[in-house]
Amino acid sequence: MSILQMARGTAAQRSPLRDAIEDFGAGLKHWELWFTLGWHDVHQRYRRSVVGPFWLTISMGMMIGGLGYLYSGLFGQSLERYLPHIAVGIIVFSTITTIVTEGSTVFISSASTILQTKAPLSIYVYQMLWRAVLIFAHNMCIYLILLPFFDFRLGLVTLLAVPGLLLNVIIGFSMGIVIGGLSTRFRDVPPIVSSVMQVAFFLTPVFWTVETLKGREAFVYLNPFYYLLDIVRLPLLGEAPPMLMWLVVIAMAIGGTVLAVIFFACYRARIPYWV
Amino acid sequence: MPSIKLDNVSVSFPVYSAVSRSLKNKVISATTGGRIGNKANHLIVHALEQVSLSFTHGDRVALVGHNGAGKTTLLRVIAGIFEPPTGTVQVEGKVTPMFDTSLGIDPDFTGNENIILRGLYLGLSKSEIMARMNDIAEFTELGQFLELPVRTYSQGMQARLAFTMATCIEPEILLLDEGIGAGDEEFLDKANVRLDAFIAKTGILVLASHHIELIRRFCNKAVLMEHGRVALFGDLDEVLELYRRRAELAESGEQTKNALLEGVAG
Repeated sequence: MSILQMARGTAAQRSPLRDAIEDFGAGLKHWELWFTLGWHDVHQRYRRSVVGPFWLTISMGMMIGGLGYLYSGLFGQSLERYLPHIAVGIIVFSTITTIVTEGSTVFISSASTILQTKAPLSIYVYQMLWRAVLIFAHNMCIYLILLPFFDFRLGLVTLLAVPGLLLNVIIGFSMGIVIGGLSTRFRDVPPIVSSVMQVAFFLTPVFWTVETLKGREAFVYLNPFYYLLDIVRLPLLGEAPPMLMWLVVIAMAIGGTVLAVIFFACYRARIPYWV
Repeated sequence: MPSIKLDNVSVSFPVYSAVSRSLKNKVISATTGGRIGNKANHLIVHALEQVSLSFTHGDRVALVGHNGAGKTTLLRVIAGIFEPPTGTVQVEGKVTPMFDTSLGIDPDFTGNENIILRGLYLGLSKSEIMARMNDIAEFTELGQFLELPVRTYSQGMQARLAFTMATCIEPEILLLDEGIGAGDEEFLDKANVRLDAFIAKTGILVLASHHIELIRRFCNKAVLMEHGRVALFGDLDEVLELYRRRAELAESGEQTKNALLEGVAG
């Protein structure tokens, strides 16, 4: 089956809800296309440079080194304990930021392709997520380099980062569908999203810790990004995320998916008109 | 057997950027484009109105009509890109829209990489593309150049690559917007033979074009579009004759419009 041959029954049998779910499924089936496109996206940015995509890693490494040294002094914490916290924090949070901000432009930036090929719209979201995961993998080199020098306390519990990341990707998918779709109609959404993410970087315990908040913990517990961040960060630092955190993130994934299906059932067919 | 059936299809576009409807716009809309309506805070362009058409295997249909008459929108409806809010579209067979043969060609990637990417866009799997790789390499005569980034190619070489990739499939239903460019002179004869064979293998061809020569070469039927409506569908000569007469009429209208515009500007 080709991407150009979407199941298109007669109008009488078509239901928007089924079309939406079929779009998600058909998009997954065409993994070869978004798999290749995602790789190309990452490579393209650094096509003719010597170290290629590792420039992303290098610049992030410099940021982690600089901020880690500075803030461990400011907060009066030992570098051995603080640097792993900020390193993993920045690596994971930048992945979340990438998914959310690129998710908001996922259909707009593929407008010409959308208007020229009949492909499930979800492939553009899968492509964006795959690209974000690839960049995350590049950045994880920093983590591997830091491992022998710092106190990470790894164990089997570290493997919990994988389901954590997977949940992030599922939530990222529904955000991409909903926010990306809304952005095609309301072009003010992407700038709003990117400013929200900028503020979120400071309001989420990326480079500070919850313990230092004394008395204002609610600030963190009401912040969804806190859960998305720590569900991946804690295992990478050798701690199991508490049960409540799993429940919150799983609830977000389920809620997001339901929202994405409903949104797509209502507006999927309009997106080509809006881009 | 591939077939296409459109029944009472209407498509309209919301235009959300506030366009002021000046006298000038009104005058222009009388001679170009689809009908423009107004709804609350945004404009609506009626790109297609009550279009009913039916094509079957062996039909080589030309879409004619002046700019903005709805040709491209109609192609996109047949391709399934635009799902019309009213009316029904029934398409049997695999549809290959080919509106821009350079879609997905990235100058920073090598010829081989671009062949894979373009093939994936055309709906082939990687193994299907690999099976065609030799044929493409041989036909383009690009040889070792396929290992180099496309930006190092001459214009002619790029056109060859795009042409060969476009014609490496066997579409059941092929949708073309303004034909397929074949590239340089020396390549042209060879390309023409391949293009004829390619079109012959196609079940249904729908070609939107202003190029009468191209239409006569490939088509046996035609649809004349006017302001988003089907003015006439039928035998090629009959439709082209009407199209020619309407174009002459429009030309004299154009002169009136210019005179009017000058009057407004002055």
